[in-house]
Amino acid sequence: MVLRQSNTRREAVLFYVFVGPALLGLLIFTLGPMVASFYFSFCDYEIVRAPEWVGLANYHKMFFVDKLPLKSLGVTAYYSFVGVPIRLVAQFLVALLLNRALFGRSLFRTVLYLPSIVSGVALSLLWVWLLNPEFGLVNYLLWEVFGIQGPRWLSSPDWVIPALIVMSMWGIGGGIVICLAGLQGISEELYEAAELDGASGLQKMLRITVPHMTPVLFFNLIMGIIGSFQVFTQGYVMTGGGPSNASLFYVLYLYWNAFNYFRMGYASALAWVLFAIILAMTGLIFRSSSAWVYYEGSVQM
Amino acid sequence: MTSQAPAVRGKAAGSRRQSWLQRRSVRRVIASAATYAALLVLAGLSILPFLWMVSTSLKDPGSVFLFPPRWIPDPVVWSNYYEALTFLPFARYFANTAFITVANIVGTLVSASLAAYAFARLRAPLKSLIFLMILSPMFLPGQVTMIPLFILYRHLNWIDTYNPLIVPAFFGGGAFNIFLLRQFFTTIPLELDHAARIDGCGEAGILWRIVLPLSKPALATVTIFSFMGHWNDFLAPLIYINSSAKLTVSVALSRFRGEYGTTAWHLLMAASIVAVLPCILIFFFAQEYFVRGIQMTGMKG
Repeated sequence: MVLRQSNTRREAVLFYVFVGPALLGLLIFTLGPMVASFYFSFCDYEIVRAPEWVGLANYHKMFFVDKLPLKSLGVTAYYSFVGVPIRLVAQFLVALLLNRALFGRSLFRTVLYLPSIVSGVALSLLWVWLLNPEFGLVNYLLWEVFGIQGPRWLSSPDWVIPALIVMSMWGIGGGIVICLAGLQGISEELYEAAELDGASGLQKMLRITVPHMTPVLFFNLIMGIIGSFQVFTQGYVMTGGGPSNASLFYVLYLYWNAFNYFRMGYASALAWVLFAIILAMTGLIFRSSSAWVYYEGSVQM
Repeated sequence: MTSQAPAVRGKAAGSRRQSWLQRRSVRRVIASAATYAALLVLAGLSILPFLWMVSTSLKDPGSVFLFPPRWIPDPVVWSNYYEALTFLPFARYFANTAFITVANIVGTLVSASLAAYAFARLRAPLKSLIFLMILSPMFLPGQVTMIPLFILYRHLNWIDTYNPLIVPAFFGGGAFNIFLLRQFFTTIPLELDHAARIDGCGEAGILWRIVLPLSKPALATVTIFSFMGHWNDFLAPLIYINSSAKLTVSVALSRFRGEYGTTAWHLLMAASIVAVLPCILIFFFAQEYFVRGIQMTGMKG
């Protein structure tokens, strides 16, 4: 009894020794900074001087005085709410194709995943060149294949976000692999049973494939929206937020405030609004999920 | 006459059935041909930007700006690579980035394995609460903690050192990695632990001799994703590193454009290819871990 108790005690101590670094890290690199950032968001804080409490002034400024936060929010929402659903559908369709291919499936999967390996600055530079209006590949192909005179992409206020969405289509490899794994997890018996009942291909798709894929699509949707609202590199490297702020992504504007103008208080307020928006959206998607996400074994259909 | 009737009817039904089968198999052939055609087009679209990148990187400055573009460079200018990599001290940047990346991988593997083992194997009060707390940063946008962390590192005199880019990895190694390793550790049979314990192994011994050797696939996945993340990381080195001798590859690439002028696409593409080469090599040599890792990340939802 004594031995046993000392054993559980030792186990608990060991637990905290093993988890210790992670817990400490959580405090130092996440929770502490969160509290500080929340406090700074109510302060005028230009880094060289101590933070000075100004109440809601930063929040007031970002919604009613400074035009750019709302502008950048609009830009980011446009990029996200158009781009994420398009990528979601594309991932699903490509995964369906891959799932049909009996021969060479893994080769095709490799090739289709390949573009997702290239990311960050190199990818951004490549696309600046691909989208070059006069000498880039995109406009050349548009002209050669479709006879279309391509737009000026990154230097056109109307086309810069569509251009970045087109570019983002080359990053769907991860989503394709996830969808394909989901498709392969659907039991073959379901399709056989449906065929015996005389179901058409479309019926099988709508009644079996799509419902079984909703959890995967749900996950990809959430991660896609969260990631998309934090887009930064493309704006910084490719467009600098231009032309005329048409690609001023929210995080780019936040970055400028923090590290170019050193308005730490204002930038903290911007960060908290972003956090609130992301939380609200994930919450909304979660709450709506019971209506459209199908989980095996649940009664609801 | 009457005796022949059933036979005739039988034959008619047979040929009808045959033609139905034929039509069905023709439909299948057409469908699978269409599948492969679509996959080939998509594969081509995936590869095209890479070909364009390589082609541009081998052109002489004059033929970069030709319309219509020439796919096969004439002449092939291999010295572009030499010029691109010596205009800025890229060898230095590679070494810097490699150092940061390797240090992060080591820190992540050590601290995430420890924490994951504790969550998978040890009993302690408040364990599930702590697990939730450790996982919570997964949904927190990094921008919220970015500003206080910058201020903290400034007080520690860590600006323009690699500490801000490396030290956090040793404190937990990221919520997601802990989660992934913990899930994997729980699939290792407890009987192995018991056997080791009878042989006189302590918890550290079990982790080192039993659990880690059996978790190579999961550790490989964590290593690969950590490599990709830190090799391509842009925002953090952009914020914390100022001296040009300490730059990482991605920040150096982003400056390249400004320093060499915006038209040196042959050199920019050469530098970009070299920058992404490590990622592409890793992808080809460790593809199965990639796929597995992506599937694991996707399946957690």
